[in-house]
Amino acid sequence: MASAIRVIRRKPLGALGGVLILVLAATAVLAPVLAPHDPIKVTSTERLKPPSLNHPLGTDDFGRDILSRVIYGARISMLLGLGAVAISTLLAAVIGILSGYYGGRIDTVLQRFIDTLMAFPAFVVLLTIMAMLGQGLGNVILALGIGATAGNARIIRSAVLAIRENQYLEVARATGCRDWRIIARHVLPNIAAPIMVVATLGLGVAILSESSLSFLGFGVPPPTPSWGAMLSGSGRTYMIQAPWMAVFPGIAISLAVFGFNMLGDALRDLLDPKLRGGTGLGQRLNQ
Amino acid sequence: MLLLPTLALVTLLVFSIIRLLPGDVVTLMMSEQGYAGDKAKLEQMLGLDQPFHRQYITYIGKALQGDLGVSFWTREPVLDEILRRLPVSFELAVLAMFFGVLIAVPTGIFSAVRQDTWLDYLFRSAAIGGLSVPGFWMATVVIVSASIWWQWVPPMRYTPFARDPVKNLSQLLLPAIILGFALSASVMRMTRSMILEVLREDYVRTAWAKGLGESMVIARHVLKNAMIPVVTVMGLQLSALLGGTVIMESIFVLPGMGKFLLDAITWRDYPVIQGINLFLATSIIVLNLVIDVIYGFLDPRIRFG
Repeated sequence: MASAIRVIRRKPLGALGGVLILVLAATAVLAPVLAPHDPIKVTSTERLKPPSLNHPLGTDDFGRDILSRVIYGARISMLLGLGAVAISTLLAAVIGILSGYYGGRIDTVLQRFIDTLMAFPAFVVLLTIMAMLGQGLGNVILALGIGATAGNARIIRSAVLAIRENQYLEVARATGCRDWRIIARHVLPNIAAPIMVVATLGLGVAILSESSLSFLGFGVPPPTPSWGAMLSGSGRTYMIQAPWMAVFPGIAISLAVFGFNMLGDALRDLLDPKLRGGTGLGQRLNQ
Repeated sequence: MLLLPTLALVTLLVFSIIRLLPGDVVTLMMSEQGYAGDKAKLEQMLGLDQPFHRQYITYIGKALQGDLGVSFWTREPVLDEILRRLPVSFELAVLAMFFGVLIAVPTGIFSAVRQDTWLDYLFRSAAIGGLSVPGFWMATVVIVSASIWWQWVPPMRYTPFARDPVKNLSQLLLPAIILGFALSASVMRMTRSMILEVLREDYVRTAWAKGLGESMVIARHVLKNAMIPVVTVMGLQLSALLGGTVIMESIFVLPGMGKFLLDAITWRDYPVIQGINLFLATSIIVLNLVIDVIYGFLDPRIRFG
């Protein structure tokens, strides 16, 4: 408890981010309880209604309740973010550890490949992957995960390089530990901090990128209540007659991403002073 | 020279990936317009009847001579089309970078010098806010508000700079500021933390001890030494910036490379996708080289032997 208060005092913005993320997670888990209406039920008599008691955030062009869709959207966003981050962190950890731990020719080959991927604007890579895979929630998750891998692999590699020459690794090697055991017991725990920072910021990036993909027509297909889809498709078409359609999901996205960015920043300062100031990571995919 | 192997990989990657895109261009052309009755003839005309490695070698050979092929659909040379659209995207990117730095550096300096004051918190929140708001959404909200309150709508026709500079700039101003705002976030944070670090250096204490005023210490002693990582971050932004122009160009109807690429992906126009990607990747690689050279200028200790 005392340490929690200390963190809040030292990192008020980070604590605010943490609270936002907790609210987001709770909303995602409790969506069926919290949502007043069915998020995908079409009610033609209730089209484009402004906010009222029955529909606190109004309704969209199909008469669906915006509040319920925003609440269920938290689920989709969390799912998207966690899925994409799981994929990218796993791939990046494998590449980064192979590259950093073994060095030599493996490192050279992998790094040339990463160089190549990083020579493309990240968003162009995303678009191309989506064009290949086609629409769908799973495909968006896969694309976002693959898209974020190159940058993350770089960061994990440099974290491994930073600890590679440490004596405890040498000792482990001298006692006859096998490579996989050294990696699992000595390397991984020591690069957990940067991985956590990368993952937290990555969650925000994934949620934001999904909305940009949606805007260009490569996002999660309807009628799934994804925030990105809500504020890009008909949300934009009806922006003047029914601004609530796009304004509220936009606020939801911004708050969620804001939370992840704040929390990620604070984590970085607390866990890994060397990384302070940012690697431009939170920005790589942002528009 | 790591430039050439990277570029070779870039072309190979683009070349093979677009051929994996579902819905190949030949079927699309036959169905869309009845371009040609004969599938084999069409393939032959587009050069797609050749085996993969042949197509690739031919492409590279021509690309080395500055020929990026012709668009499948319009039959226009790809390089000409790119060069025609490049100034629009380039201008937008430069303006966005300009606004990004204009916002980021002063607020970053201020936040560092007045660390942990309420203005510091405000600027930092605003910076992270800039990272958190979807750019196209902000653009839409701004356009809609402007049209409701001032009856202003963004022009639908693009005016080139050479024809009417004022009209051209007023058209690009809004997308550039929105892009610049998103860009400023990480530059601002980097500026702030680097200045905080440099402020603790001995030579800064010496500067204070000499009795120099605050603005002099910051401008002469702190800023230049704090700028290297800031320039690095700006370099990393280039890729995000080029991605961001795709979106801003479609919202503000600007005839730039982003819009061109988007259409090419939709229509599976292989030579155009290849050309634009080659172009983008080359610019990113070259710009990163330029940034390395800027390091040497900012810090004489880093010089290339």
